[in-house]
Amino acid sequence: MFALVDCNNFYASCERVFNPNLQGKPVAILSNNDGCVISRSDEAKAVGLPMGAPIFKWDAFCKTNGITVLSSNYPLYGDMTSRVMSILNQFTPDVELYSIDESFLEFKNFKADYNYDDYGNQIRTRILKWTGIPTCVGVAPTKALSKVANKVARKFPKETGGVYVIDTEEKRIKALKWIKIEDVWGIGRGLTKRLKLKNCKTAYDFTQLSDNWVRKNFSVTESRLKRDLEGTPTLQLDDIKTKRAIATTRSFDYTYSDINYIKERISTFATSCAEKLRKQGSSCHVIIVLLSSDRHKKDLEQHRGSMAISLPYPTNSSLIISNQAVKAVTSLFKKGIKYKRAGVIVSGLVPTNNFQLNMFEHENPKHKYLMHAIDGLNTKYGDYKIKIANQDLKRTWKMRQERLSPRYTTNINDIIIVK
Amino acid sequence: MQLHKSNTLTFFAPKTYNNSGAHFFDAGISAGFPSPAEDFKEQRLSLDRELVKNKEATFFARVSGQSMIGAGLDDNDLLVIDRSLEPTNNKIAVCFLDGEFTVKRLKVNAEGIWLQPENPNYPIIKVTTENDFVIWGIVTNVIKKV
Repeated sequence: MFALVDCNNFYASCERVFNPNLQGKPVAILSNNDGCVISRSDEAKAVGLPMGAPIFKWDAFCKTNGITVLSSNYPLYGDMTSRVMSILNQFTPDVELYSIDESFLEFKNFKADYNYDDYGNQIRTRILKWTGIPTCVGVAPTKALSKVANKVARKFPKETGGVYVIDTEEKRIKALKWIKIEDVWGIGRGLTKRLKLKNCKTAYDFTQLSDNWVRKNFSVTESRLKRDLEGTPTLQLDDIKTKRAIATTRSFDYTYSDINYIKERISTFATSCAEKLRKQGSSCHVIIVLLSSDRHKKDLEQHRGSMAISLPYPTNSSLIISNQAVKAVTSLFKKGIKYKRAGVIVSGLVPTNNFQLNMFEHENPKHKYLMHAIDGLNTKYGDYKIKIANQDLKRTWKMRQERLSPRYTTNINDIIIVK
Repeated sequence: MQLHKSNTLTFFAPKTYNNSGAHFFDAGISAGFPSPAEDFKEQRLSLDRELVKNKEATFFARVSGQSMIGAGLDDNDLLVIDRSLEPTNNKIAVCFLDGEFTVKRLKVNAEGIWLQPENPNYPIIKVTTENDFVIWGIVTNVIKKV
């Protein structure tokens, strides 16, 4: 059996642990640089604050509706995630952190008649008591179904008590008929459109399509998803884990029209992508660079561009990725435009240890050792002590965080005060 | 060696070897006097290990004010709080009461819950259904600068 444990409104919940006054009240969390809303409590959703709302446009709305707006406090959220993770590990050794607020659990070799309702409740209760974070638990014979079960638990808290187990054929069909096709794990917007044309509105409709038709029209992932929804465990822990693309994109704190400034940012983003590649043991074939002016300022001249670079061989060297990205942004750049946002995405990922060798094009083998040394030094000394020369040595991640809550769990000067 | 296998647990016994071959001493063989301390090496003391019994549920807080000086909790002291412990009579707890964090001794009996300060200048608080009240965690240690 699999379980999906999902922290409810995770960022808002983390803030509420240390500021219980926010309990039951609308809370919204902003993206890096306080740009737009990336997380909302149920109460904030209820009053109509949309996901992704640019805060400068919605500030008045938030004030009128009493919404507490906070900058994202990643040191706090990261610490709370690792607490939740290690509590989950007390229930089964097989835990996969799927995202900052969701984990898959697998219960191998548990008895067939094991009481998962009770176990799910224990998980929920322990996480809530020890960390203060409310969760929902969905249990089912497959990963995709555990996602569905979790949605049922979240949607009907009174009836389920936050835990829902799909353990009979009847419950499976009922849940699949209830869940809309666009809410099914792994079914994106494009797929939803195509499936709706086929009159496929729920997860149940999707499982009623013929295997052949699905195989012909979609990729192997959808075929496997279908089998998973039918109750045959096809997706294993970690199956969808290795990322297919890594992105570092940011809004700037101000607008910039200086090419040198933008080159520096791009180089930093590229270095960050390369570092993430090395961490997950991947190399990339493609680098995509994005550059965009402030689309909210309609009176200014707008320019948006992106460029993809295909590399002759896969790499995870910061030097190469950074060089290529800077070259791309130089050709994208238009004089006189005030740029507000830039990003680097690396894609076409392959595992570093088994890519195809090419007879003529070769990366300088010294890069591998150099990168290893740089990663080692940066881990040891922190704060990105080693940088590429086109990165600003003094500048780190300068973020606009005007509404930041204290780092309650990671900084001794920020802990709660009790009277 | 496998001893027993059930649905949920498999038991193993350690494999034993006959004592053949030589022992390896990594203490270094010197011609002088052997280090008398070598046999008594232990793990270093760690305050983390002493003060934090359940690291997932442990948080820190800073005391502000004099209401608990009788219990040794002075202004600016650092508290170690374990959220996993059950709140019972006489424990010192960090509570959230009507919009504010407070640290007090819990008095629980058939008639209800009281928050008892350890300073005669402060009043005992009776918690009623009117109050917005949560027991946030149990204080296990207090750390003070001297």
